[in-house]
Amino acid sequence: MKGSAAAPPLLEVDRVSVRFGALIAVNQVSLSVARGEIVAIIGPNGAGKTTLLNAVSGFYRPYEGTIAFEGRDRTRLAPPDVAALGIARTFQNVALFKGMSVLDNIMTGRLLKMRGNFLLEALYWGPARRQELEHRAFVERIIDFLEIQAIRKTPAGRLPYGLQKRVELARALAAEPKLLLLDEPMAGMNVEEKEDMCRFILDVNQEFDTTIALIEHDMGVVMDVSDRVVVLDYGRKIADGPPASVRKDAAVLDAYLGVAHDA
Amino acid sequence: MLDALHAVLVAPFRDMAGSPAFLVEVLIGGLFAGLMYSLVALGFVLIFKASGVFNFAQGVMVLFAALTLVGLLERGAPVLLALGLTTAVMVALAFAIERLVLRPLVNQEHIILFMATIGLNFFLEGFGEMLWGANVKKLDIGIPDRSFIVRGVQINELELTAAVTAAVLVAVLALFFQRTRIGRALRAVADDHEAALSLGIPLKTIWVVVWSVAGVVAIVAGLMWGAKSGVQFSLSLIALKALPVLILGGFESVPGAIVGGLIIGIGEKLGEVYWGPLVGGAIENWFAYVLALAFLLVRPQGLFGERIIERV
Amino acid sequence: MIYREAGQFKSSYAGDQAIFPVVQDRVFVAAAVATAFVVPPLLASEYWLQAVLIPFLVYALAALGLNLLTGYAGQLSLGTGGFMAVGAYSAFKLATAFPGLNIIVVFLLAGVVAAAVGILFGLPSLRIKGFYLAVATLAAQFFLLWLFNKVAWFTNYASSGTITAPDRTLFGALITGPNSTPAARYLTALGLVAVFALAAKNLVRGRIGRSWMAIRDRDIAAEIIGVRPLRTKLLAFAISSYYCGVAGAGLVFLYLGSAETLAFDIGISFLVLFMVIIGGLGSILGSFLGAAFIVLVPIVLSNAPHAIGLRMPVALQKQFELMVFGGLIILFLIVEPRGLARLWQITKEKLRLWPFPH
Repeated sequence: MKGSAAAPPLLEVDRVSVRFGALIAVNQVSLSVARGEIVAIIGPNGAGKTTLLNAVSGFYRPYEGTIAFEGRDRTRLAPPDVAALGIARTFQNVALFKGMSVLDNIMTGRLLKMRGNFLLEALYWGPARRQELEHRAFVERIIDFLEIQAIRKTPAGRLPYGLQKRVELARALAAEPKLLLLDEPMAGMNVEEKEDMCRFILDVNQEFDTTIALIEHDMGVVMDVSDRVVVLDYGRKIADGPPASVRKDAAVLDAYLGVAHDA
Repeated sequence: MLDALHAVLVAPFRDMAGSPAFLVEVLIGGLFAGLMYSLVALGFVLIFKASGVFNFAQGVMVLFAALTLVGLLERGAPVLLALGLTTAVMVALAFAIERLVLRPLVNQEHIILFMATIGLNFFLEGFGEMLWGANVKKLDIGIPDRSFIVRGVQINELELTAAVTAAVLVAVLALFFQRTRIGRALRAVADDHEAALSLGIPLKTIWVVVWSVAGVVAIVAGLMWGAKSGVQFSLSLIALKALPVLILGGFESVPGAIVGGLIIGIGEKLGEVYWGPLVGGAIENWFAYVLALAFLLVRPQGLFGERIIERV
Repeated sequence: MIYREAGQFKSSYAGDQAIFPVVQDRVFVAAAVATAFVVPPLLASEYWLQAVLIPFLVYALAALGLNLLTGYAGQLSLGTGGFMAVGAYSAFKLATAFPGLNIIVVFLLAGVVAAAVGILFGLPSLRIKGFYLAVATLAAQFFLLWLFNKVAWFTNYASSGTITAPDRTLFGALITGPNSTPAARYLTALGLVAVFALAAKNLVRGRIGRSWMAIRDRDIAAEIIGVRPLRTKLLAFAISSYYCGVAGAGLVFLYLGSAETLAFDIGISFLVLFMVIIGGLGSILGSFLGAAFIVLVPIVLSNAPHAIGLRMPVALQKQFELMVFGGLIILFLIVEPRGLARLWQITKEKLRLWPFPH
């Protein structure tokens, strides 16, 4: 049941602040994401959206507030531990591993699920070989799902921007995450590519029951895709609710001044 | 066990306190060595500031400058003419390096440029040896290598001259960077090549200027080292010694190069004199590196470097 | 015409993941390896074995090690000589202390010691990155060499300060020591290198290789998707030092016969780094190509003047070599910074099309 009030929220951010020297990038922001929801985080540039996501990923340490995942406090965890909990993400400036092929990039998403024994791997024998092929099979299903079969051996650095974003999504999905954090997954895409991406995001949410929090600028997408919208401005949360009501919110309109869409 | 602890943690300090005049001598020796290191590190900093390249060949440029100078002096040229000609040679070298090495590699990653300077190092080593021969040469610049006593402490006249020269040079360069228009342009180039280009800053000219200045610094360094210990090929390994200095002071800071050089110079001397005998001596081979390493662990960006805030 | 993949479809992931998925490649490599085992011991002169093939194999092993650390994991290391020295001196101590121990086991154990030292000097890599990390490896280089120089125990208190490989046999043939034949030493080296190269290839195409390359390409993103940086980097240091350690043992036991610390000084660290850069960072084949290049260039340079009738005094020859060496490195970096391996790749792609232009 989506967003049911009875179930505890998957992610609970409670009055978190992130500071860089004297600059307070995120100022006492609270938000919660229920299991199975799609929450959009919007706001003008510099509002602190990516910083907030980075704090959840464990990359920045909030100087006040707590972040809880599945009911337990996870504020002070290092990024690899956060990933191990089942939180995966994509990045604003596509962070693919340029020196590897698409297939290898997505396979890195499986690293957390792979058990290692470097001697066996050096021989490529027995369990090591079986594990490698199993994960390859899983990744191939994601490749099919995202329709990127043709480029699987291409070095990631050579792909056009839109495809890079899709590969990044594949890499995040490879980790079988409970919570998927997407940072501007449609930036720089044309209309068709955006439609494809929307379809993928909705499919991921519905078929794999993955909870999604995404940062996005395109209001049309936000209105179509999300169950709930959170608005940040200058590091503070100024609105939080269903898309229809947020769209009419005075504070939100003020912040965006003239950018409001008629979707 | 207790003996060993005592020998490392107590005895050296007791020795220091025991003969203060000697301690002062050691400190001064370290100071001078440190200033020499700073001089060489300065050359690196200049080039790094302006082109983002760690010029491994700086050491061999020092050697080359010294060799040219000695070669000219040996052939009877008067001192001023020799200095002038050497400067011209270093400027010509700067032109050549810019045209043949830097320009073709303009967009490559730093490690590639670094490797190119190592290749340059090999080339200049062979070239220098071919031109001037491989023997150790004595460099006589008219300052006697004798010592005088001040308040019970022995000071070497040559080292004193070197220290003063280095200090003056460093001050001039610091002013140059901070106050003049060219200095500002250099800092812009170091920050971002493309942005600087788009502002109309002539990259090629800047690079030639910088490498020439580095060449002049190399001449001064070569003069000082050469006068003190003769001009020989171990001079080209100075590049490696400069690394710990740069680590401490940061790769882009002129004051950092000075402070770093002093710390390494003094630290090394103290270590060698008071702790060296415990382990059989010759620890100056690695002491500077371990010192720099320890520093890095505490402050990864060096003393004067900027804390880089990474964005994802 | 001859180099076509047409008709070669893979029906399983296993087939697709093979090291040489194209049949022509497989045949070529198999033939090359077989030739390498059979032809040189029978036909090559002692000079070729001793001065070209054996050092090529030893350096290729060291280049492999350094490539794993610097090319795949992105950790610049200038301490290769130091780690090779650890391997050499460990092998020496083990071989002389346990005369009955199989020499191959001695090599493998020497590698373990080198790996342990590698881990120690790799520890700073958590705090320090990139160029600064090279300083830690320099510290290793200088400190280790000083240690082997100062502490006479390492050379078994030899007055000359050198270590000499003792006579040891394998399958009844003398393969190390003053009485061994170049052919025997060559075969041992070849066997070792073949096994190690295969292991390296398996490592880099699997889980470990991917985590290394992730750290190399984008260490922050790698951390966020779950790669543990310290563990990954230390593993790189360990395995790389292992390879360099065995290479160091090979340098003394299979190539030089005896050596002092000078053989492992900073010069060899730079030499191996050149091999890796010229051969191609992040390429197993590149390590071999780079080693071949670096071994052959001085030989070509010292023989070329003779070949065209020029007589040069020895000192001038050496200076000339230095200049050409430095010049070639710069030229290479300008023309193809991704090394010989990339040139080879381009050649293969042209071969695919041949005789058609595109």
